[in-house]
Amino acid sequence: MNVYGTELNSRLMLGTAQYPSPAIMAEAVKASGCDIVTVSLRRESGAERAGQAFWGIVRELGLKVLPNTAGCHSAKEAITTAEMAREVFGTPWVKLEVIADHDTLQPDVFGLVEAARELVSQGFEVFPYTTEDLGVADRLVDAGCEVLMPWGAPIGSGRGLANVPGLKTLRSRYPELPLVIDAGLGLPSHAAHAMELGYDAVLLNTAVAKAGDPVIMAGAFARAVEAGRAAFLADPIEARDMATPSTPVFGMAFQD
Amino acid sequence: MKVAVIGAGVMGLTAAHALRVRDPGCEIEIHERSEAIGAAACSRFAGGMLAPWCESESAEPLVTALGQEALEWWPRVLPSTRMLGSLVVAQRRDGTELDRFARRTRTGEAIDATRLAGLEPDLGGRFGRALFFALEGHLDPREALQVLACELERDGATLSLGSDARAGDLDADVVIDCRGLSAADELPDLRGVKGEMLILRAPDVAISRPVRLLHPRFPLYVVPRGEGVYMVGATQIESGERSRISARSMVELLNAAYALNPAFAEAEIMETGCDARPAFPDNLPRIRRRGRVVHVNGLYRHGFLLSPALARMTAGVVFDNQFHPEVMDEDHRQRRTA
Repeated sequence: MNVYGTELNSRLMLGTAQYPSPAIMAEAVKASGCDIVTVSLRRESGAERAGQAFWGIVRELGLKVLPNTAGCHSAKEAITTAEMAREVFGTPWVKLEVIADHDTLQPDVFGLVEAARELVSQGFEVFPYTTEDLGVADRLVDAGCEVLMPWGAPIGSGRGLANVPGLKTLRSRYPELPLVIDAGLGLPSHAAHAMELGYDAVLLNTAVAKAGDPVIMAGAFARAVEAGRAAFLADPIEARDMATPSTPVFGMAFQD
Repeated sequence: MKVAVIGAGVMGLTAAHALRVRDPGCEIEIHERSEAIGAAACSRFAGGMLAPWCESESAEPLVTALGQEALEWWPRVLPSTRMLGSLVVAQRRDGTELDRFARRTRTGEAIDATRLAGLEPDLGGRFGRALFFALEGHLDPREALQVLACELERDGATLSLGSDARAGDLDADVVIDCRGLSAADELPDLRGVKGEMLILRAPDVAISRPVRLLHPRFPLYVVPRGEGVYMVGATQIESGERSRISARSMVELLNAAYALNPAFAEAEIMETGCDARPAFPDNLPRIRRRGRVVHVNGLYRHGFLLSPALARMTAGVVFDNQFHPEVMDEDHRQRRTA
């Protein structure tokens, strides 16, 4: 897949927060085979940019870094964080999160569109964390976003795809635009499901970081993403209400 | 033998203690940069929980294995150590966090609301269930540092406060470098993990053992210090910053205390604290021998839990040339010259 002119080999993107240690994070990232890691700046910064040591570990992974604005509650906060991220990581990429509700971590889609417009005008390449709402998707694309990241379910909930018909509609509305399921996945089967629907990639963090063995779980997600993608390309059969014998039955009259 | 210890945090003091126990004739001088014991050590802000099994929820098995030495060591050295166990609770809607915690740890007993009220009447009725780790304990870190320092001085160790000595300046056969995060100048893979804490005085609340409140975003704990004083900790932020508690962290810490018992709302905020824990990339401690200098560092959030075991190993390294592969990834012994 190609995002903002960058060709990616892996369709799995992994977050770097919440692991038992940076060493386990690095191993999990390797096991996942991902090309892109996200890193949160807000919580790990502080007045003196004292998060250097951890950012150094993330940089040493040698992968593309997608800084995010996790925990920002207004367009203004998200824009400031994005500017800082560009300086720290030297990338125009930003995963834009503007959070509406402290408890559910639902995106504030109004603030999101506002921040996306401003950041695109400043030359950022924005990956907006959004809902499956089509009206919002249209506005983000109008604002200049060349990729959308709709949620599967609320951040960290591990519920899988909460609104499958809505996600299918979004996919069919934007058949060519890169669409990445971001947030809410708990199991590899959830990731496979997203890929089977034709989504281009998935992004996750908690499901791997908080697993009992993050390294094994990262590998499991990698294989699920590959399997789901292959299934999508192979054009799966439709579900039907009646059984269809897979062995031809000779000599029997057709039933109608 | 003449041994110099740099740093009078929990690691430096326990190491000095272990050296003295191993060889009472050994001449020990301790150099501490601050003017008072514990004034500049991150040990000052520790929770002081002796909880090898609770910690295993996120720590490597080595922490649980080494940490069990602390359960026997601290009560012997510090009589005020309380071995009353520890409790883990979650708000009703976060019950799955409690299930996961139980699944991933050992020795915790699932108890119901009645049993919980029996152990801690002030938590009664607030939580439907809890986990009780009966074998764990807690201590007051600042008192522990004082007691260790006094005992060492009484037994003949020299304590130089306000001393910025470096290994190169010291005339000693062996230098034990326990400077914590300050040693990042010589240990480049050492990083700081910022922690913030509060000390509250809440005379209306009576809790006698550490209580952890699980929460998907901010798992926090309250440790009683006696006489209505409680330590509430601690955030974990990937940052080497050693000052400045943020408003956000303060709110999270206060919310945790309030969730345990609303009477904490009336508490007096006696102190806010912030420092950075020294940690290696795998969050496990290291003993690194480089010539006559032995670095003991990277105890991360487990200073009081791991220092007794690391101190014992350090004494073994110094006196008996021991090699402990589980914590030693480098071993550059002093070259013996004729």
